[in-house]
Amino acid sequence: MGDVAFHTATTVDEALSLVGDGSDAKVVAGGSDLIVQARGGRDLPANVVAIHRIEALRGIDASGDLTLGALASHADITASAAIRSTWTALADASAIVGSHATRNVGTIGGNVMNASPAMETGAPLLVLDARVTLRSAAGGDRTVPIDELWTGPGRTSAQPGELLIDVVVPSLPAHSGSAYVRLEYRRAMEIAIVGASACVTLDGDVVTSAAVALTAVGPTLLRSPSAAAAVIGTTGDAAALAAVAAGASADASPISDLRANEDYRRAMIGVIAKRAVDVAIRRARGEEFPIPATPVFMEGSAR
Amino acid sequence: MKHAATLNVNGMAYPVELEGDATLLDAIREDIGLTGTKTGCDDCECGACMVMIDGRPVNSCTYLALQAQGSEITTVEGLADGDELSAIQSAFLDQGGVQCGYCTPGMLVSAHALLRHNPDPSEEEIRLALSGNLCRCTGYAKIAEAVMAAAKATA
Ligand SMILES: Cc1cc2nc3c(=O)[nH]c(=O)nc-3n(C[C@H](O)[C@H](O)[C@H](O)COP(=O)(O)OP(=O)(O)OC[C@H]3O[C@@H](n4cnc5c(N)ncnc54)[C@H](O)[C@@H]3O)c2cc1C
Ligand code: FES
Ligand code: FES
Repeated sequence: MGDVAFHTATTVDEALSLVGDGSDAKVVAGGSDLIVQARGGRDLPANVVAIHRIEALRGIDASGDLTLGALASHADITASAAIRSTWTALADASAIVGSHATRNVGTIGGNVMNASPAMETGAPLLVLDARVTLRSAAGGDRTVPIDELWTGPGRTSAQPGELLIDVVVPSLPAHSGSAYVRLEYRRAMEIAIVGASACVTLDGDVVTSAAVALTAVGPTLLRSPSAAAAVIGTTGDAAALAAVAAGASADASPISDLRANEDYRRAMIGVIAKRAVDVAIRRARGEEFPIPATPVFMEGSAR
Repeated sequence: MKHAATLNVNGMAYPVELEGDATLLDAIREDIGLTGTKTGCDDCECGACMVMIDGRPVNSCTYLALQAQGSEITTVEGLADGDELSAIQSAFLDQGGVQCGYCTPGMLVSAHALLRHNPDPSEEEIRLALSGNLCRCTGYAKIAEAVMAAAKATA
């Protein structure tokens, strides 16, 4: 670590002027990615702007669409009754980030802007069709669909000087349900080996719309159009779920690393995607299913 | 570049001069001189460095000290009331929740924070609340029993 200048911004405008003047300034929210990376050998940027005291970025507003201020923490998200009942996949995801301590400091803005392909909230935000607001001192606000935000591992389409202001998640039609499930080796302080999120809407027993997205099986979070297509028009019976699994495995492009090899990830993403779709359908039907949905035990299920 | 700052630890205001990249752990141990908080992995894995910031557990080894300005920081030294151990500290002693003791300050802080928010936790809730704290000695059973006993004692 080197010689580091540090400023605490208390308003968005102050933060924007500190990061927007052509400096190499980098914002820190909770620091649970940035500081850990710096201790892993990467230097902290020479100029750090702390945004954690900006009250305007802290709120969660669920009165219509869901608006998550950039500083909403994983603990805040997990505790929100509205998110648990309506945008459940997001609660499933935030509830399993790190430990209690990680969830207290880690923010949605940091999770999204760190752009890890293994991040927890990414797949839920994809299936829930979220969008983010980016703001710069020079350019004002622009809205970016979440599909266009992540461009690769650790990379986003945000420009230097842009701050993430909020994440907006549209409200869902009646009879919808969502879930996020990850495969893990241990219960806490874990990074997804693979993960999957699903959001479905039912008409009676039949799935009329579905979205599926996959975690840690590509250079960034991936949608799985094949898995989604496999469940639309079905009741989510065993045959449909098998087709979901095949579709997810086909759409994945995993790599081998220390934690798992490519073949294992490809096989497991099918299993996990199938579980996510199954839990989403159960929730859409009004069945109670625990949050987080990880670990999911499906013994005794008809499927 | 040194930054002048004030850190509020266990109800006392400490004036300090900190580098921009100083961690809260280093500030507490090296600048303020409270060494109850331990350096374990120094990489946000083990929980030996756990402190409370405004009542919530945080890994101080990977939290910027300057970000803690304006917050109430509580370290393990802040749990006792003078020479009077807190319920959770006494329970760790009574139940044999301490062996080498290196993980203990972090365990106590996490357990204390849990009991503040949830005075009657289940064993599963205790284990999840302590899942960010590694212990290489006890096997965790005695620690979980100690937290359970502390909950009973304060009920
Ligand atoms: C022990 C441990 C366990 C973890 N477990 C998990 C896990 O299970 N799942 C998971 O997904 N993550 C996990 N993480 C990673 C991390 O906690 C999360 O990604 C968290 O949400 C990051 O938020 P933060 O506020 O701490 O980010 P920071 O470290 O403050 O920031 C991360 C990056 O985003 C940028 N940034 C932050 N806010 C903004 C903003 N408003 N606008 C523009 N850029 C911004 C920063 O400049 C930085 O590049 C873990 C981390 C640790 C240390
Ligand atoms: S020293 Fe902070 S988590 Fe290990
Ligand atoms: S008592 Fe030795 S590490 Fe826990």
